[in-house]
Amino acid sequence: MIVPFNHVLVLSGLLFFLGLFCAVVRRNLVMILLGLEIMLNAAAVAFVGASLRWQLMDGQALVVFIIAVAASEVSVGLALVMAAYHRTGSVDPRQLEQDG
Amino acid sequence: MSVQAFLFYLLSAVILLSTGIAITRRNLAHAVVYLVISFFGTALLFYLLGAPLLAALEVIIYAGAIMILFLFIVMMIRLETPEKPLLPRAQMVPALVMGVVYLAVGELLLTFSEPAAKVPLESAVATPRVFGQFLFAQHWLAIEIASLLLLVVLIGALLIGRQRSKIEEPES
Repeated sequence: MIVPFNHVLVLSGLLFFLGLFCAVVRRNLVMILLGLEIMLNAAAVAFVGASLRWQLMDGQALVVFIIAVAASEVSVGLALVMAAYHRTGSVDPRQLEQDG
Repeated sequence: MSVQAFLFYLLSAVILLSTGIAITRRNLAHAVVYLVISFFGTALLFYLLGAPLLAALEVIIYAGAIMILFLFIVMMIRLETPEKPLLPRAQMVPALVMGVVYLAVGELLLTFSEPAAKVPLESAVATPRVFGQFLFAQHWLAIEIASLLLLVVLIGALLIGRQRSKIEEPES
């Protein structure tokens, strides 16, 4: 007996909120990408919990795809961050907006 | 409280604490290292919830590959201007309202959730062999699409990385 499914959802929701906070508040392209990673991870936690709750493996299968999407998102995102950095000399999204 | 429940709450505390520290660090390298701790905690949580293969994947891909990629980029860029305070006063009120609404909706969802969600979960384990066979038997199309996605991303990242030097060549 582990814990009620609700507690897993609470953990996932709080983790998602932390990621959202990071992505919205920080003025730094790298930190925004980190926030996205945290949000994807929170979704993965919810999926694994649901997989245990209904005793189906489809939730775990989805987590594999979440990890694949996270890896691809981060590689393209960091390539874009580097392109923006070479263009403006900073990782501040405001700077990118001004300098185009 | 069983041992597994205790482990769950301990791991949750570690994950939330290290993530909370990570997102407030000014130093990007520190943030990435704290996030590695958070992902290790998540991997252990996956193991606790009966997904050993996903726990291994989480350590290898999330804590390993993705975070190392972040560290590389953090080392390549040089942060000269210190960031402004995290939340300016003008944004404090909307942020608080958002947070309270989020918590209230979450609380409502929990109170009115079905009774089955309130009994402790039975522990079960999907062994890597069974899980792998299930994945390739039931979700083979999604696997193919994911591999195609990874190929597209490989080419896309190469292109984005190359474009700059092409543009710069005439200038220099």
